[in-house]
Amino acid sequence: MSQFYTTTDHFVLIPAIMLALFGCAILLFDFLVFPNPKQRKWLLIFVVLGLGFTGYGLLRQQAFLTANGLTELTAFQGALTIDRFALFFNWVFELATLIVAIVSYNYLEIEGEHHGEYYALMLFAQCGMFFLAAGTDLVTLFIGLELMAICFYVMVGFLRGDKRSNEAAMKYLLLGAFSSGFLVYGFSIMYGLAGSTQLAKVAAAISARDAWDPVVFLAMATTAVGLLFKISAAPFHMWAPDAYEGAPTTITAYLSVASKAASFAFLLRIFYLGPLASARASWEPLLAVVAVLTMTVGNLAAISQSNIKRLLAYSSISHAGYMLLGLIAGNETGIQGIEVYVLVYAFMNLGAFLVVIAMRRKNIIGEDLDDMAGLMYKSPGYAILMLIFLLSLAGIPPTAGFLGKYYIFLSLIETHHYVLAVIGTLYVAVAIYYYFRVVKIMFVGELAEKAPLATSFGLRVALGITGVLTLGIGVYPEPVLRLAQSSFLK
Amino acid sequence: MDQHLLSIVLFAPLAGFVVLLLIPGSQKNLIKLWANFVGFAGFLVSLPLVTRFDKSASGFQMVERADWIPSIGAKYMIGIDGISLLLIMLTTLVGFLAILSSWNAINERVKEYYAMFLLLQTGMIGVFVSLDFFLFYVFWELVLVPMYFIIGVWGGPRKLYAAIKFFLYTLAGSVLMLLGILTLYFQYHQQFGTYTFEIADLMKLDMPLGMQQWVFWAFFLGFAIKVPMFPFHTWLPDAHVEAPTAGSVILASVLLKMGTYGFIRFSLPLLPKASVDQTIVQILAVLSIVGIIYGALVCLMQQDWKKLVAYSSVSHLGFCTLGIFALNPNGIAGSVIQQINHGISTGMLFLIIGVIYERRHTREISEYGGLAHVMPTYAVVFAIAMLSSAGLPLLNGFVGEFTILQGAFEANRIWAAFAVTGVILGAAYLLWLYQRTMLGQVTNGRNLHLPDMSLREVAIFLPLIAWAIWIGVYPKPYFDVLEKPVQQIVERVRPGYYQGGVKADAGTRRHGDAATMLAGAGQ
Repeated sequence: MSQFYTTTDHFVLIPAIMLALFGCAILLFDFLVFPNPKQRKWLLIFVVLGLGFTGYGLLRQQAFLTANGLTELTAFQGALTIDRFALFFNWVFELATLIVAIVSYNYLEIEGEHHGEYYALMLFAQCGMFFLAAGTDLVTLFIGLELMAICFYVMVGFLRGDKRSNEAAMKYLLLGAFSSGFLVYGFSIMYGLAGSTQLAKVAAAISARDAWDPVVFLAMATTAVGLLFKISAAPFHMWAPDAYEGAPTTITAYLSVASKAASFAFLLRIFYLGPLASARASWEPLLAVVAVLTMTVGNLAAISQSNIKRLLAYSSISHAGYMLLGLIAGNETGIQGIEVYVLVYAFMNLGAFLVVIAMRRKNIIGEDLDDMAGLMYKSPGYAILMLIFLLSLAGIPPTAGFLGKYYIFLSLIETHHYVLAVIGTLYVAVAIYYYFRVVKIMFVGELAEKAPLATSFGLRVALGITGVLTLGIGVYPEPVLRLAQSSFLK
Repeated sequence: MDQHLLSIVLFAPLAGFVVLLLIPGSQKNLIKLWANFVGFAGFLVSLPLVTRFDKSASGFQMVERADWIPSIGAKYMIGIDGISLLLIMLTTLVGFLAILSSWNAINERVKEYYAMFLLLQTGMIGVFVSLDFFLFYVFWELVLVPMYFIIGVWGGPRKLYAAIKFFLYTLAGSVLMLLGILTLYFQYHQQFGTYTFEIADLMKLDMPLGMQQWVFWAFFLGFAIKVPMFPFHTWLPDAHVEAPTAGSVILASVLLKMGTYGFIRFSLPLLPKASVDQTIVQILAVLSIVGIIYGALVCLMQQDWKKLVAYSSVSHLGFCTLGIFALNPNGIAGSVIQQINHGISTGMLFLIIGVIYERRHTREISEYGGLAHVMPTYAVVFAIAMLSSAGLPLLNGFVGEFTILQGAFEANRIWAAFAVTGVILGAAYLLWLYQRTMLGQVTNGRNLHLPDMSLREVAIFLPLIAWAIWIGVYPKPYFDVLEKPVQQIVERVRPGYYQGGVKADAGTRRHGDAATMLAGAGQ
């Protein structure tokens, strides 16, 4: 019998411990030490500190892997694995949490719902994401997913006084719970097949069977339903527009970037690296249909939206479709493509939402497309940044978004999925149409209201980072591509 | 400095763009001065390209190469041959003139306007100098955004519709072209084990005809929409009519040439088997001829001055594509020269419309008549532009059309017969336009006291007129510059052509006939 909690276990778990510790600390300090609202900025400092320690833990893990020439570090008898794949995704989570946290401060003040739990929930959610990216055991993964999802249910409904926010949280909770049921059902079948919850053993059990074996198929289909819900792929996307619209905009940004990245890490663990890799023959056509459907629904529904958050919600659905294409191609390029896509998507989508966050001012909701009218002639900096983010979301070079699409299309060509490639490219033209509806309103529309945007130091820093990276990665992508290549497994 | 001449030409407008962003928007005159200065400087720095260019050397010159994205094998690699040299000179000159012509026309959002023009300028030059397909694609797409804004912000009543139509059409074509590029890229990796986007490397590919055909059609969509070839031309009249004058000038003179340039630089050399495939050649030639005749017929019907000139572009660009797919030296060289000619002539025609539009704010042909009495200088300039567009001997248009027709005749006599009708129709709609607007008595009282062209306006036309006459009278330098690159392309698609191994489709004319004849006529 091996030791219960080894030093390796501890070393691997440190980032999660830090996130949980600082999350708890925020709850306690908010309650006991800083009852005065003016001291709230200390909470933000706690978040940054917590993320700093987490990042330090990740850095040490990375250094350890490099120094010992290891590809992975397994802990808890195979329940957790730190490899470059997990580290890559964890860095994306770090970045998303950091950026969202620093812009939340001002935003929550304006919304009048500034409470310490908010920051604690963000750290707990990131803790769940850590397990999603690093988990190699069905139970660990499921708990990680629930930890993340429950935090999001609460955060989506954080604006207690706002009906939309409550409705969004309720919808998200009900549909989320439903999909978790499917997922856990699939997991139970896998456990039944393998007699173990470890992904490696499940994989061995499944690869011993035919891809079209009914039991395997049932496990695959139910798992897929649960996962596709999380990445908001059609036809399981219904929750996304409502949840995105009702949630506080900061949480919408967080949801669309971090939650989606974590779910994709999870998806890759199950479908590409893990148990279902050998059943590709049965899920590839299924996911191909889902991907096309997702791009279709996302892109076509986005055209008619008049609320910018809903528009970005549908756009985010369509991006899930593109990322799925990388999995369908399923070669080295495709998986690297998903990683690059996740990373650049984090920057450009966060950036676009940051501009929307700045539109929310005291007594001005600022979510309507028309609220952005003439933005260029009021706040040219914001309008130009928004233009860059939208171009990047559409995938026009030389912005970062092009790179993600480049890899996805290349992987489809390499694996001879020509029809999917053509569909994917033509939807780029559709996407430009609705992204440029926003651009048109910002640059050609007459100035609607003159109230200045809600800026804060944090927001400007965050916009600067996302803007520079969105354009910078597009012009000189080499470092990012190296990163994605080095995190590639298998 | 010397080794980086091409980079300087490429990035000079971009540097000007960055400085322009720093000038406060209220300093309108300073912004205009700066933009004009950058435009002029951009032209000046491109002049040494002409003197340094060695027309006897084959292959690319002034090549600069640096690693850009080693992970995927994309390089910063630029260089020019005779074809790109001519197009770059056209770009820098017309770009400057377009900026100059906007002085009075644009008074709103001035800073953004000139910023877009400078950005556009770098994008266009980039397209013509890139020797790396990835780099090319970046510049190709970069052009779309500023052009969208130029049409969409400073355009006419239906500007938003026209702008998004332009954007969507060309984008749809270019993303499909991207798939073609990626196919080549992947095939190269399959055959040689390394990833590269370099054109010279990709030319080593040995692909079966079937795959070449698919890639050809992918490229075709990208380029044909840009040209635009019939039946993809519908975005063009909208974009031209709604765009501000300078936007139309750039669009017609340079942007459309990106498509024809793409055919010459990429489709032909990279896909030689598909390019000589009889089905493909026939389809392309028929589409070109339909474009020539259809464009000309539609011109005859137009009530709107600008729309007429826009449709004439469809017709003239049909000649250019026909020349390319004649696949012989006369056809291709004629096509390149005609591209330059079209840039000069149609650029002038759009500028002429801009001059009158600034005065009367209408483009209805029926509003005018007898302007020659009121604005004599204007009438002379218009006459030269119109005749150069119609292909009058001793002006540039004739040289291009004549050479293309000779190439077409050599390839297939029937093509030439049909294309010739385009020349006749071209003369008809242009002369009729001139007659309706310039000649006769002044019928509309509002035209009685229009001021003639100012010195600045005349100055805009002078370089173009001089260039038109130069090409018309003494085209030899142009044919000389084009000889080597055209020879390479023909050799590539029809190996042994110059050894007489391949019998010319019809007739036995050889390369250089048209050039020497015309040059002789000039002397």
